[in-house]
Amino acid sequence: MKGSITLDTVPSNTFALITSINADGPTRRRLLDLGLVPGTRVEVLQRSPMGDPVAYNIRGAVIALRKEESSQVQTSR
Amino acid sequence: MGLTYQSTGITSRENFNITCISNEPVIALAGNPNTGKSTLFNALTGLRQHTGNWPGKTVLQSKGTYIYNTRKYLVVDLPGTYSLLANSVEEEVARDFICFAKPEVTIVVVDSTCMERNLNMVLQVMEITSNVIVCLNLIDEARRKKIQIDTEKLSRTLGIPVIPTAARNKEGIEELMNTTNKLISGQIKPRPNLVKYDKKLEDAILHLESKIKPLLGDELSTRWIALRLLDRDTKLISALEDFYDKHKILEMSKEVMA
Ligand SMILES: Nc1nc2c(ncn2[C@@H]2O[C@H](COP(=O)(O)OP(=O)(O)OP(=O)(O)O)[C@@H](O)[C@H]2O)c(=O)[nH]1
Ligand SMILES: [Mg+2]
Repeated sequence: MKGSITLDTVPSNTFALITSINADGPTRRRLLDLGLVPGTRVEVLQRSPMGDPVAYNIRGAVIALRKEESSQVQTSR
Repeated sequence: MGLTYQSTGITSRENFNITCISNEPVIALAGNPNTGKSTLFNALTGLRQHTGNWPGKTVLQSKGTYIYNTRKYLVVDLPGTYSLLANSVEEEVARDFICFAKPEVTIVVVDSTCMERNLNMVLQVMEITSNVIVCLNLIDEARRKKIQIDTEKLSRTLGIPVIPTAARNKEGIEELMNTTNKLISGQIKPRPNLVKYDKKLEDAILHLESKIKPLLGDELSTRWIALRLLDRDTKLISALEDFYDKHKILEMSKEVMA
């Protein structure tokens, strides 16, 4: 464990382990539905030109997340 | 035939661009994006398809028919979604169709090479309806990747039929049609094993269901509505108002949200 950071700050082409979701209600549910369940290993793919959104490989599907979503996901590396 | 299609509820399928002049059973194809729903749709219907728009929505919808054992079936290809919680137009379209158009069978098309992520949708559909079949598509890809799936066990665990297919090679299509037919004629009766929540939540569900039942009867899964109300899903309430007696729904949500 190299400290805990939120998913939006994990560099491209690296992996992160989801540890928790810092959100409630529909946002939390949506992130879980996308496969961001604690214990999941996520690969950070490329960033769009403006740096937002960012593409992630989550459980076998490529999914783009905006910063306001990815910043609510706690990870460890 | 055991089912009468006209009696499936006060909701008119006309809302969904489906004219039920004949008694064609309606089959919905749901599932995550890119799992082969449209490929399966084409394998089932051949060229008998029409692409149209949902009224008021910008999501394309394909409808088509096929004939199996002298009976005609109407197939609807729903947009790919990871969830049915109506976070996007696609999710709303898929949710409304499964919930309010009440297809005789909903086939959830699953990518056999990443089942874990796909089964979330299956569990959500099971909460809405028990007339569900899991279609384990891309089974050829799974074989190539040496992924072995115990379909019998999966079927027993979920309590619903599970059929492996490779839609692109038309593998398993006949069995899928056969199972769909059996489900509609009542030869197969799925008994979905639903997710059990903790005691506190289950108590709350039970309490809400007792209030919802007198208002909606057996129209919709009261368990699912109760869960959505506990989630404070205001979009579902407005959808209910669109499809059902507005007054009744207002009354219900007032009472329940109190
Ligand atoms: N190997 C293999 N490929 C398949 C199979 N079924 C579909 N495909 C391929 O998977 C890709 C996606 O198929 P679609 O039918 O477009 O998937 P979809 O679920 O309709 O996708 P969305 O509508 O975007 O959600 C296409 O390239 C298909 O040719 C299959 O059984 N085996
Ligand atoms: Mg499609």
